[in-house]
Amino acid sequence: MKPVYLDNAATTAVDRSIIESMVRCMDETYGNPSSAHHMGIEAERLVEGARTKTADVLGVKPDTVVFTSGGTEANNLAIRGVFGDLISKGKQGHIVTTAIEHASVGRVCDRLETMGFAVTRLSVDQRGIIDLEELKQALRPDTKLVSVMHVNNETGSMQPLAEIGAVLRTAPNRPVFHVDAVQSFGKYAFTPDKWGVDLASISAHKIHGPKGVGALYVRKGLRLVPQSLGGGHEGGLRSGTSNVPGIVGLGMAAEQMAASPAAELTMALKKRFVERVRDTIADFRINGPGIEEGASHILNIGFISVKGEVLANMLSQQGVYVSTGSACSQRQKPHASHVLQAIGVPGDYLDGSIRVSFSRYNTLDEIDESVEILKYCVNKARMFVRR
Amino acid sequence: MDTVILLRYGEIHLKGLNRPFFEGCLVDNIKASLNDIGPVTVKNGRGRFFVTCPQERAEEAMGRLSRVFGLISLSPAIVCERDMAAIEKQAVALVGKRLERAGGKTFRMSCRRADKQFPMDSMEMNRHLGGVILDAYPELSVDLSNADIDLHVEVREQVYLYTETIQGAGGMPVGSGGKAMLMLSGGIDSPVAGWMMAKRGLSIEGVHFHSFPYTSERAKEKVYELCRHLTPWCGSIRLHVAPFTEIQESIYQQCPHEELVLIMRRFMMQIAQRTAETNGAGALVTGESVGQVASQTLESLTVTNDVARMPVFRPLIGLDKVEIMDIARRIDTYETSIQPYEDCCTIFTPKHPLTRPNLDRILRSEKKLDIEGLVGRAMEGIEVVEFTR
Repeated sequence: MKPVYLDNAATTAVDRSIIESMVRCMDETYGNPSSAHHMGIEAERLVEGARTKTADVLGVKPDTVVFTSGGTEANNLAIRGVFGDLISKGKQGHIVTTAIEHASVGRVCDRLETMGFAVTRLSVDQRGIIDLEELKQALRPDTKLVSVMHVNNETGSMQPLAEIGAVLRTAPNRPVFHVDAVQSFGKYAFTPDKWGVDLASISAHKIHGPKGVGALYVRKGLRLVPQSLGGGHEGGLRSGTSNVPGIVGLGMAAEQMAASPAAELTMALKKRFVERVRDTIADFRINGPGIEEGASHILNIGFISVKGEVLANMLSQQGVYVSTGSACSQRQKPHASHVLQAIGVPGDYLDGSIRVSFSRYNTLDEIDESVEILKYCVNKARMFVRR
Repeated sequence: MDTVILLRYGEIHLKGLNRPFFEGCLVDNIKASLNDIGPVTVKNGRGRFFVTCPQERAEEAMGRLSRVFGLISLSPAIVCERDMAAIEKQAVALVGKRLERAGGKTFRMSCRRADKQFPMDSMEMNRHLGGVILDAYPELSVDLSNADIDLHVEVREQVYLYTETIQGAGGMPVGSGGKAMLMLSGGIDSPVAGWMMAKRGLSIEGVHFHSFPYTSERAKEKVYELCRHLTPWCGSIRLHVAPFTEIQESIYQQCPHEELVLIMRRFMMQIAQRTAETNGAGALVTGESVGQVASQTLESLTVTNDVARMPVFRPLIGLDKVEIMDIARRIDTYETSIQPYEDCCTIFTPKHPLTRPNLDRILRSEKKLDIEGLVGRAMEGIEVVEFTR
């Protein structure tokens, strides 16, 4: 059997045409986009072309897109960039975020907290969605930043960004609104301008682009303190010679996602997966939002009397690749996922939860095959439960 | 310019006619530890070795040598001709460098005339060079009992000057005592046990049991990482990775659950022992410490030890966990050991394991299994990975 890759929330296969364009870029257009000569200008043209493509997908002006090394750097730049001035002036301030953020937002907020800033982490319901009333209550006169992710990487829960934006618009001291849109960019409607989003982080490798490149949308007029100083690239916000081939890859990936949306296919894959599991495996539960309600490319599913890690290993042995929780946290202590705990997954299922995530490269046949294998693995794992 | 490092060795002084053998082992290990440092010479001279290496890599060489078992202490030295003017010049320069780096208010001279042909004796040299240093650095004063700087000058065929002495790893040269097979789980204890036996001169091979999918690929990578941390001390290590899944599943299905761990450990001992026999190792090494867990009570050790036909060394047997952790930190295996991947093996540990097992009962349970077949298949499935220093 051909391996079945169902870990697309961790990263995706790179599109063949993108690989080819990136190679051509390294081969032929290797000039430094900051150089004044012809080679430099050619490279700059590629970078600016990619900036326009990326901006188009976001529905914003090209000069609001700042290229970074990926989602993590974009999140760091957004949050530290807002607080940079306050830190240097020794002032206080308040952040509102959620209990289910990715570590690249969560850890930065933790750090600011140890530096003396106040942090409120909004709780989420069983579907993984925040409560707008709780958000309103949390806002204070000194709230400088609200950081809420769009699609959660472990459960696929989707926050009501338009409503959050509306709440913030009417807040007395309108805080800066940051969105980690790494899991949603290119896949679901995301219009920062319309929703009152000031900062948004995106990444290329979740949409069949290369690793090591992403971007931060920065609303026009918003002042950020840069976190890396140097030659003043990217409007002074992110110094460092542009990753031209990577940026080309990001632009192409964004363009392709917009041209052929995958949400319909991934929703069909997800529904089929759940349907087949329902038919063949007992004692399971879907963690997080309802099937239709959550992001179509992410499914979190828990099995009683199984260890998620063992199950993922067994599946890997059979050529089916899935994750337990987020790939970024798997090298650290495997205490149960903070996201699954926040949405209140019952203890019996917590240990036995895996994340299955889809892309446009998956097929319905692959889903059928992998659920067959999943059934075999769950049954086998259940034979060897700790007694 | 080259730096000379003076190496002092200890216990093997005491060896009689076998001393050349031990010294030979030690020289081989010294050379192996410096093999990529580039032109290095090792000279033997009356109870010490003199290693010459390029100056810019001297610090790195010191780091490596401080992990070679058999060496008591090391001093990086300046070498000069047996000419008093040259000695004075180097002594002043050396003290100057030392003051610049670490400061200091007091000093003392420790001269040693190993070659009695030299015109000035040790006491005269102390007085003379002490005066030279005081002239050069009037802010210093002499303190014989508790000096900040102790300037050593040794007169041999050449003259060696040094102010620093760092402790060596002690013990016996690795390989001088034969070879042992270390049971390496990936936890905190077993690498420390291997290190302790290497310290006593044994060369080490490892055996690791891999239970994929119950333990992950990363758990195996972690054991590789531990081997890499051990090689600066133990030299090259061959790791035998034995597949253990079938054995664990069979025990789980056919034996009483409270006996799982004990029967599993007996299998591990058997496989380790056979691997030792086929690879010329004369003993097993485990990280067991009496009373630490249920499988390490006196009764449990009796049950597992029963399969052993060769000596089983348990160097941690009388150590507390905290003491073991201290050594693990010192030898730089701790951070790797506490990575959590081993955990999913706990799927096979019963909630209430036996702490006072009875050997006859265990033997009866074990009879239900095709021991020969299971051990044989595990032996056939062994993969060998080599880690060089």
